[in-house]
Amino acid sequence: MNHFLTIDGVSRVELEGLLDDADEFVDVLHRPIPKVPALRGKTVATMFFEPSTRTKMSFEKAAKALSADTMSFSPGTSSLSKGESLKDTVLTVKAMGTDAMVVRHQSIGAPWRIAEWIQQPVVNGGDGAHQHPTQALLDALTIRQHFGSLDGLKIGIVGDIRHSRVARSDTQAFARLGADVTMVAPRTLLPVDPTVFPAEVSEDLDEVLGDFDVVYVLRVQAERGGASLFPSLPEYTARYGITKERFARLDPDAIVMHPGPMNRGVEIEGAVADDPRALILDQVFNGVAVRMAVLFRLLGGEHDG
Amino acid sequence: MADLILAGGTVLTSDGVRDVDLRITDGRISEIGTGLEGHETIDCSGCWVGPGLVDLHAHFREPGFEWKEDIASGSRAAAAGGYTAVVVMPNTDPVTDAGHVARYVAARGAEVGLVEVIPAGAVTKGRAGVELAHLDDLWAAGVRVFSDDGDVVADAGLLRRAMDYLAARGGVISQHAVDVGLSRGGYMHEGSVSSLLGMHGIPAAADDVIIGRDLELVEMTGARYHVQHLSTAGGIELVAAAKGRGLPVTAEVTPHHLAFDHHAAEGTDPSFKMMPPLRTRADRDALRRGLVDGTIDIVGTDHAPHAAHEKEVPWEQAPNGVLGLEWAAAVVNTFVGLDQAAFYDRLSIAPARIGQIEGHGIFPTEGAPANVTVFDPTIEWVPSKTVSRSVNSPYFGLLLKGKVIATILRGAVTARDGVPVA
Amino acid sequence: MARVMDGNDLERAIRRIAHEILEQNRGTSDIGLLGIQTRGVPLAERLAMVLESIEGSPVEWGSLDIGMYRDDLDRRPKTELGETSVPFGVDGRTVILVDDVLYTGRTVRAALDALADLGRPSRVQLAVLVDRGHRELPIRPDYIGKNVPTSRTERVSVRLVERDGEDAVIIEAGAGT
Repeated sequence: MNHFLTIDGVSRVELEGLLDDADEFVDVLHRPIPKVPALRGKTVATMFFEPSTRTKMSFEKAAKALSADTMSFSPGTSSLSKGESLKDTVLTVKAMGTDAMVVRHQSIGAPWRIAEWIQQPVVNGGDGAHQHPTQALLDALTIRQHFGSLDGLKIGIVGDIRHSRVARSDTQAFARLGADVTMVAPRTLLPVDPTVFPAEVSEDLDEVLGDFDVVYVLRVQAERGGASLFPSLPEYTARYGITKERFARLDPDAIVMHPGPMNRGVEIEGAVADDPRALILDQVFNGVAVRMAVLFRLLGGEHDG
Repeated sequence: MADLILAGGTVLTSDGVRDVDLRITDGRISEIGTGLEGHETIDCSGCWVGPGLVDLHAHFREPGFEWKEDIASGSRAAAAGGYTAVVVMPNTDPVTDAGHVARYVAARGAEVGLVEVIPAGAVTKGRAGVELAHLDDLWAAGVRVFSDDGDVVADAGLLRRAMDYLAARGGVISQHAVDVGLSRGGYMHEGSVSSLLGMHGIPAAADDVIIGRDLELVEMTGARYHVQHLSTAGGIELVAAAKGRGLPVTAEVTPHHLAFDHHAAEGTDPSFKMMPPLRTRADRDALRRGLVDGTIDIVGTDHAPHAAHEKEVPWEQAPNGVLGLEWAAAVVNTFVGLDQAAFYDRLSIAPARIGQIEGHGIFPTEGAPANVTVFDPTIEWVPSKTVSRSVNSPYFGLLLKGKVIATILRGAVTARDGVPVA
Repeated sequence: MARVMDGNDLERAIRRIAHEILEQNRGTSDIGLLGIQTRGVPLAERLAMVLESIEGSPVEWGSLDIGMYRDDLDRRPKTELGETSVPFGVDGRTVILVDDVLYTGRTVRAALDALADLGRPSRVQLAVLVDRGHRELPIRPDYIGKNVPTSRTERVSVRLVERDGEDAVIIEAGAGT
């Protein structure tokens, strides 16, 4: 693998290998000195054209925990606003001396184009509504840590699936690892053709809620054009929010997950988010470990320079 | 002027295909016979010989967007692809919404001299869709095809007025049929691929609702109406039904819609991004059948150059359009089984008729202007370069069967084996 | 191909190393064995069992993966990470690193780095089944099963029942690094 751009097409063996590596990095992160020298001398550039603080910080922590150096690009004050093309921007940064780039961009497919231009390993940190493969890894790792395996688990993904790269990557990863996935959303928030995903579909959360071992809650994305796709926020919460009442009806061993950042009181009630069965902070911690695993895989072995 | 002989080919004459030679003298076909000899001979053995190809839909970008293409480079691409006449769309800057712009375009084409460049005129001023363009002025400048291409004429009332205006004269309105609301924010066909990618799509209905609407207006006005770049099976059915009712409707399909479907967009390579978008395999197959059975009258290339730096961006940011002139004949031959007569009908004779283009699309006969294209339907080749100013071709690396061997415009050779003479 | 040690040779070598460890360290009270992934691990386990059978008290052992510490990652095919599991405190202990073959010494150097990130042992010793020579770093073993002089082009393979179905040490000619 010389890029990590998508979950689509990654085999079960590859996924499990990455999760196994991530387990080792979880151990490293628990040490008094949570650092290894594996990528010493390598430079990882985080190119976040779509604003993000948390994912960017997670990747930077992962790179640094591997002893790599980091460079960071942020939009707004950059040359992009002076009309420089995306291609020129990434080639310029590469010329300063990078070994890999982590890219987040609002346009679908941007990391693929960048990979063609820079001919260096690229990690997709999220491209539009398309893919967020490291998120899928950290979510799968969290579930695996809790249940031992994803085989046969019933996982419900609830929320704005249509505009969610997390939903797309997660559905593919969870199904590949043996889970039964159900997408739960009103029709306007489901993919136009849901049959391209390895998942069942339901528009009635209350009907299916009790079946799930994992309830994965997506954020309501007002900024991604979701606003006009359902009548109002309170209506959304009434039909699809993970309220205390709904939480009480879950299987007692079921867990709740969320990719963050949360809209408390909208898609998830505050008390639910703070419950021990909500593994949101575990997800965040695992995020650093899986990103270490991905960077290690891309840069810690023979690669075409 | 010395004689040019096209020897040993299979010629499409008004009496069908015959194995004869052509003699061309002073810009006209002077003799049809066998064993002809002359000053210069082009060996046409194994090749089809027929009227020079005619495109009713290309973008030469001049005036205003010359970094993408200009009339000279567009003419070169056209000649290389076997075209002797091209109708160029008016989405230039300034828009061809008045006679002086049309006259400039035609004159510049004549100056370059590699293909007959025929300007189409806009339906509305500035293509803004609000007021009618100077239709009489354009007509006087020789414009017979009217289109706001790039955009749809959305206001049905305005379109009806344009139809009423042009119906009496016999001008044709060439519509880029798409509903503004249904297509808003869409970047590719709405279907399985867009769902997988998470990309906002444009449903087939977006085209079909406007075709259906416009056909009602044709029924009302009797104006000639041409559907540009058909891309949906539903659109084909609407056209077939309208023809069945005797309406003056014609339709075109692009080479790329014959070659590809929306799976070509899975890699989000903007080389496959255009409007209307590539649609499903079922749509593509219906388009191929429609061209064979004649429901779709012609092939129109929609040759749409964009500079390399404009297309080397993520999909959603890339402008729509791909090149086509140089490979249209080869693509049609590769993906649609047309015999020689049908080939020249869809690519030359019918376009000339619909566009009211004189001197082109005529069976080679003694005395006729010598606009001839020689095509070898058996050569296999892989395109890798272009003579256009831009390079946004979806065909690089694709195995094609069939190649234009020679293009002759008014008796002069303008291209040999895909290479323009100037 | 030459078989320089068979199953019996291996057993005797491990037994001898165990006795040497006991002699050098005056018993097993402060010892922890760490097998270097991958074949150092079953060797460490065997050593621990032999030591236990001699002394009568259990001996701590674990596994150490050095994938994150190699200095030659660029020149190797994709590195698989193995498990690091150290079920005993490293601080203040005598840690005995266990590996199958000692060659350039780079693996042991990486193991020392990995160990340093786990804690501060009071002493570190090194036990290897085979020393094939050609050191590139100033590393020397404390306990050796067998010295097997080789040329750089030869390949030394240690086979263990736990991994490979038999116990043997084999030298093969050809592309060895």
